[in-house]
Amino acid sequence: MAKATITFEDINVTVTAPAGTRIIEISEKVGSGITYGCREGDCGTCIMKVTEGWNNLTEPSVLEDKVLRENMAGKHNRLACQAQVLGGVIKVKPV
Amino acid sequence: MIRQPLLNANGLPQAIALSERVHWVGALDPTLRTFDIILKTANGTTYNAYVVRGSEGVAVIDTVKQNFADEFFARLESVARYDEIKVIVLNHLEPDHTGALPELMRRAPNACVFISQKAQAMLKALLKQDEFEFTPVLTGDTVSLGDRQLEFLHTPYLHWPDTQCTYLLEEKILFSGDVFGCHFCDNRLFNDEVGDFRFSFEYYYAHIMRPFKDYVARALSLIEPLLPLTAILPAHGPLLRDQPQRYVQRYRELTGNALPSEISSSEKTLLIFFISSYGNTKRMAEAIFDGAAGVDNVRVSLYDLEGSEVTPFVDLIEDADAILFGTPTINGDAVKPVWDLLSSLTVINLKSKLGGVFGSYGWSGEGVRMVEDRLRGLKLRVPFPGLRIKLIPTDEEIQQCRQFGQDIAEDLVGIRPARIIDIAELG
Repeated sequence: MAKATITFEDINVTVTAPAGTRIIEISEKVGSGITYGCREGDCGTCIMKVTEGWNNLTEPSVLEDKVLRENMAGKHNRLACQAQVLGGVIKVKPV
Repeated sequence: MIRQPLLNANGLPQAIALSERVHWVGALDPTLRTFDIILKTANGTTYNAYVVRGSEGVAVIDTVKQNFADEFFARLESVARYDEIKVIVLNHLEPDHTGALPELMRRAPNACVFISQKAQAMLKALLKQDEFEFTPVLTGDTVSLGDRQLEFLHTPYLHWPDTQCTYLLEEKILFSGDVFGCHFCDNRLFNDEVGDFRFSFEYYYAHIMRPFKDYVARALSLIEPLLPLTAILPAHGPLLRDQPQRYVQRYRELTGNALPSEISSSEKTLLIFFISSYGNTKRMAEAIFDGAAGVDNVRVSLYDLEGSEVTPFVDLIEDADAILFGTPTINGDAVKPVWDLLSSLTVINLKSKLGGVFGSYGWSGEGVRMVEDRLRGLKLRVPFPGLRIKLIPTDEEIQQCRQFGQDIAEDLVGIRPARIIDIAELG
């Protein structure tokens, strides 16, 4: 299975994880400052900035796009509770 | 100044003029004693709504709680016809301000609803329908009523994500939603006539706005350039027409620290709270303190929860960079003094502070993990797994505690080396 390396830039920690892993499954355990509310893609609390490897994450769904838009998220932002890793190098940090 | 009666000669509610073109059409709720479960009020509250008349139409700004809709509509009808209403502005969608909205939309079908960008999904959920017209707005967007213009200020999280303020340019009046509001009901309405509401104003800020201090500061940076204002008209409590700038200044003061700073800005602060039944969690706390105190530029403090009320710690925690909790496990749970402190922290912003938990236990030791989950729920980051030690710590375990304290302190000052971890190691 493809592996991805996800770097949480705010704490300088890199985690290797299999494809399909959601960022939420890792970020709390390593103590990144990305924070969560509903944990199901509705509230927008976990908006994070993807600084590298945008294409190494799954595409945002229509619903995620809507939540990002309504929260006036920036161009390189995703919901950490929704984004799944596909492989390669990914770097993220809290907004 | 002649006081205007709230009821007309027939005993019906009537609008109160704030200027020739602006009227209050809200409702009084003098018997309310508890608001939203969390707030007490000795003086009830008001649900303030307003009407602005322009040469080409009328705007209604906010509505009232549903039970008070009759009073609101009676006042509204005393100054406007429904077919004149072009604009409905909702500064905040909480039900105490939108209770009369569905009926108002039914009675005023020509009106367009103006809400903040962040309010869209909430409005659809509130009305239980998707198909209706509304206009989402941001700072600088305006709507014209002919010779009167309304301009919007995006002021999120004061105190819901959706909140905004609305500014009437020609009269320099700010319709501020819950900002600058308070739960205080006095039928004299105006701040220069009502009883002393200073306590209510401070209490409301402390419980409603304080968790969002950073957002308050950002909102003030939009509001302060509008000074001098002729009035601030909030959604609850007295209408602030006398020296409205005083309330802006007070909010600015309240965005500062509750306590004067004693620690230099180059140092990080780490607070360790513990409670101990047989002294084992206390020994852990002291060893963690020693480990953390050995790291430069970290000011560590140790507090035994058995010896204090909870309230004073809330101010300390608001200013701290990191907080650790030591709790034994009794009957499969962390102990009440720890939960009491944790449940008091919803009035401050804890986002991304560093948190950690430790504790001695006898049988199962669930308390530490429960508190870790609570810290994450409060939006702290918890970078180190909680440290649990069975019964009396050995010398080796005391050394683990020192290392735990040192690791946390080093993380706090950003001197921990970069780490590469496999997900399997995270458990």
